[in-house]
Amino acid sequence: MNAVEVSGLQKAYDGVEAVRGIDFELRTGEVFGLLGPNGAGKTTTVEILEGYRQRDAGDVRVLGVDPERDGRDWRARIGVVPQEGELFPTLTVLEHLRLFAGYYDRARPVDEVVRLVGLEEKAESKVRTLSGGQKRRLDLGVALIGDPELIFLDEPTTGFDPGARRAAWQTIRNLRALGKTILLTTHYIEEAQQLADRVAVLRRGEIVASGTPADLIAGAASTVVSFRRNGEEVVIETEEPTRVLHELTSQALQNGHELVGLEVHRPTLEEIYLSLTEDQETRPE
Amino acid sequence: MRLFLHQLRAEQLLFWRSRELAFFTFLLPIVFYFLLGSAYGDEEVNGVDGYKYLLGGMIGYGAAATTFAGLALILVIRRESGVLKRLRATPLPGHTYIEAVLASIIAIFVLEAVILVLIARVAYDVALPSSLISFAVVLLLGSAAFAALGIALTTVVKSAEGSSAVVNAIYLPVAFISGAFFAEDTFPAALRAIGSILPLSHMIRLCRDIVVYDSTVWDHLTDVAVIAAWGVFGLLVALRGFRWEPRER
Repeated sequence: MNAVEVSGLQKAYDGVEAVRGIDFELRTGEVFGLLGPNGAGKTTTVEILEGYRQRDAGDVRVLGVDPERDGRDWRARIGVVPQEGELFPTLTVLEHLRLFAGYYDRARPVDEVVRLVGLEEKAESKVRTLSGGQKRRLDLGVALIGDPELIFLDEPTTGFDPGARRAAWQTIRNLRALGKTILLTTHYIEEAQQLADRVAVLRRGEIVASGTPADLIAGAASTVVSFRRNGEEVVIETEEPTRVLHELTSQALQNGHELVGLEVHRPTLEEIYLSLTEDQETRPE
Repeated sequence: MRLFLHQLRAEQLLFWRSRELAFFTFLLPIVFYFLLGSAYGDEEVNGVDGYKYLLGGMIGYGAAATTFAGLALILVIRRESGVLKRLRATPLPGHTYIEAVLASIIAIFVLEAVILVLIARVAYDVALPSSLISFAVVLLLGSAAFAALGIALTTVVKSAEGSSAVVNAIYLPVAFISGAFFAEDTFPAALRAIGSILPLSHMIRLCRDIVVYDSTVWDHLTDVAVIAAWGVFGLLVALRGFRWEPRER
């Protein structure tokens, strides 16, 4: 069974369409990346799945339940890491986890969560003394304390330095290994490529591409062959790189030239993403 | 019930950990009782001992400071920092959360009122209220009404940064006009007219009548009705406009 099923989802704010009829599903146990620039509709989509917002049209099932008719049992099965938001500055890490643990019938042991998010050293520290990255890890800990089946991570590493980001990625991989289903929104391509089993790219409220990261690269535009001739850059885009290269190189050998600066280049996921989203103007989400 | 008690304990921890809030809402009325008492406690006000007269005003001021101003600040700050929104994603029912927050702040006010009465008894030789039941009814009625108005106030306060300015700008003048600090008989007629429709003036009058003049709550049903009407008004505004989510940015 799929953990999340979305079809024909639409949502507008004051006549502005934020989400324009999208379909996707999350298979149980996978990490699904929702990629897109700011204002593409990621947070709107996620907040509809979390039960915060009502959709205008379409069908949504999260763990088999319509989030608009969510109940206590359903909320015990999901974990939410919001994009922004504070916790209580005067409570310690442990006090937060105990507080949130009390909301669930079957909470995960507090010590285990402290370890899972790597806050052992800060367990007795008040939240106001934590760094931004440590606060973000506590956000994750609070979302994990009820031992949810499905976890929503809305831009979990925005503002992290590279070291902290790698540590967060490892935590997310560990969660996947525990069998959790994860919906990750991000505007970092590398993050999606590192973590996601499948991705969907949102642009202005529509899904413009979806599949595994490898599928996206394979299905993308042509290979680029480039070299310099008489100081001029020559760029050839082709669907048949083998034939083009063969022709170029055999000509060059016959004429005794060197193909200066010869490169064969496959687009990266980042380039594909940028070409898919490039005419997106920035709008507030 | 387990969830309610769990949240109530957390609310108590949060309140006492937040020093500024505990000082301005819980301790300040007690400090003012000593200060104002030293200024005119030994004089006669309206024919009674100043300490005795002031006690009713300070209990009313305490109700406004804790269950109105304090509650509004707690909820606005939590709403704008995203804590309320996050709680909505947990299995804690919204009504259980609100009930625990209310019970916590009302308990804090009742504790404050009891401390004020004990200070009056021990330090200033003011007799305990003759009708403790009436006293308890007034404390609960007043704090419930002010709590409803406090939640209603959160619907008009837009940001956490401005919240304490807005809340103070409302409840401090109200406390003054309602005669919390001085006998309002000396005020100009216009001020007295405004004061007479505010719930705090009726709350203070009830406290005084019960603490000073040994009457019971049943002798003053008009005051009870005015306070209750304000409470219902607050409740309606709160039910219509209360938000769990921060303002859109």
